[in-house]
Amino acid sequence: MHTKRIIPCLDVKEGRVVKGTNFIGLRDAGDPVELASRYDMERADELVFLDIAASSDKRQTMVRVAQDCASKVFIPFTVGGGIRTPDDMHRMLEAGADKTSLNTAAIKNPDLVREGAQKFGSQCVVLAVDARCVGDGKWEVYINGGRTPTGLDCIEWVKRAVDLGAGEILLTSMDADGTKDGYDIALTRTVSEAVSVPVIASGGAGTLEHFYEVLTEGKADAVLAASVFHYGQFTVGEVKEYLKSRGLEVRF
Amino acid sequence: MVAIIDYGVGNLFSVQKAFAALGADVVITSDAAVIRRAEHVVLPGVGAFGDCMKNLEASGLIPVLREIIKEGKPLLGICVGLQILFEGSEESPGVSGLGILKGYVKRIHAEGLKVPHMGWNSLVVKEPPPPMNLFAHLAAPSYVYFVHSYHAVPKDASIVTSYTDYGGRITASVAQGNVEATQFHPEKSGDVGLVILRNFIEGETR
Repeated sequence: MHTKRIIPCLDVKEGRVVKGTNFIGLRDAGDPVELASRYDMERADELVFLDIAASSDKRQTMVRVAQDCASKVFIPFTVGGGIRTPDDMHRMLEAGADKTSLNTAAIKNPDLVREGAQKFGSQCVVLAVDARCVGDGKWEVYINGGRTPTGLDCIEWVKRAVDLGAGEILLTSMDADGTKDGYDIALTRTVSEAVSVPVIASGGAGTLEHFYEVLTEGKADAVLAASVFHYGQFTVGEVKEYLKSRGLEVRF
Repeated sequence: MVAIIDYGVGNLFSVQKAFAALGADVVITSDAAVIRRAEHVVLPGVGAFGDCMKNLEASGLIPVLREIIKEGKPLLGICVGLQILFEGSEESPGVSGLGILKGYVKRIHAEGLKVPHMGWNSLVVKEPPPPMNLFAHLAAPSYVYFVHSYHAVPKDASIVTSYTDYGGRITASVAQGNVEATQFHPEKSGDVGLVILRNFIEGETR
């Protein structure tokens, strides 16, 4: 049976994981590869590394993180943050990343999605979208880490990006993000029904029930979470046990 | 030595590192002499069927590939590396595959499900078992990682060694003599994938 994916997200700055962690027994909780191995052991299905420094002179550090991760952890992973050109994508994929995620750069230059998909395949191109509700079942796309509104309608944008070649959508609800009140079900469901590619829901996880809701009512194919995992509120395994107990198919 | 054939498609770093993690002597190569010298050969493949065939032809490595298959060297195709072993694909009409395996590659039609088929799915390993056994030492059910929109439909169904379910039966692996291939990515399938790669290089049989 096809399984729902649980994806921890690691924020990386200059080669170090920046959000604190409560993991017991890690020699170095700031080491992305050690944390990645830990999540792999907990049966995380994929990983996302987000480069939050993202100035071009620091990009080489992220390439090294990708290489180290691909040498030791044999599950798929995505690298995002500051990827602006097909060359940037190529460098990450060559370093062992399976996918690259594009956010602001895709809005500024939608052709990057098309070019990336053509060169590397759609499966390598994840469109990351930060969206905020503007009322009435409508969401607006924000860029620059959620600081800049674009005036673009979220549903229109994801449809266009999929037409251009995006192979997956990483969808963050800015309204839900950080609240721990649950994923944005309406947004996730609307996007998932609008596109033919898998949708990863992000933002708002606080309880085990939240994961279940977005994977069922929200029609998400995968869920991403950061703080609940980093701060040890749940392990990936606990989320999976819970989802299994509610009848969802997960990988152990 | 394990030789991973480099013909300019896809990123071979992860495949190389997975074999290296098993302690194998592994090289990425486009040198026919190195491929001939290797004990095990891996044919990777990412992207469109037609692009892979075009690149493989341009590499000039097709004759050596046929030669090592004929002499019985173990070959492992991965993903589109499985697909191009067949005669052709709906993805690239008019492009001939290697035709080492009989049958065609067809678009996945999964009612109500997303295509590409992306993520972890469980393997159903077929009985009766094939002579070579990529799936030795695995507990059931084993989950492996897939990313694909097309899958092989062999003329002779008995070469299918495992399948998975995604809106119907999807070919997950095939074997014919010394030629084995997986539609999924063993190098991205965690510890299950590493066991499968180890079975390949250790020549596990039933």
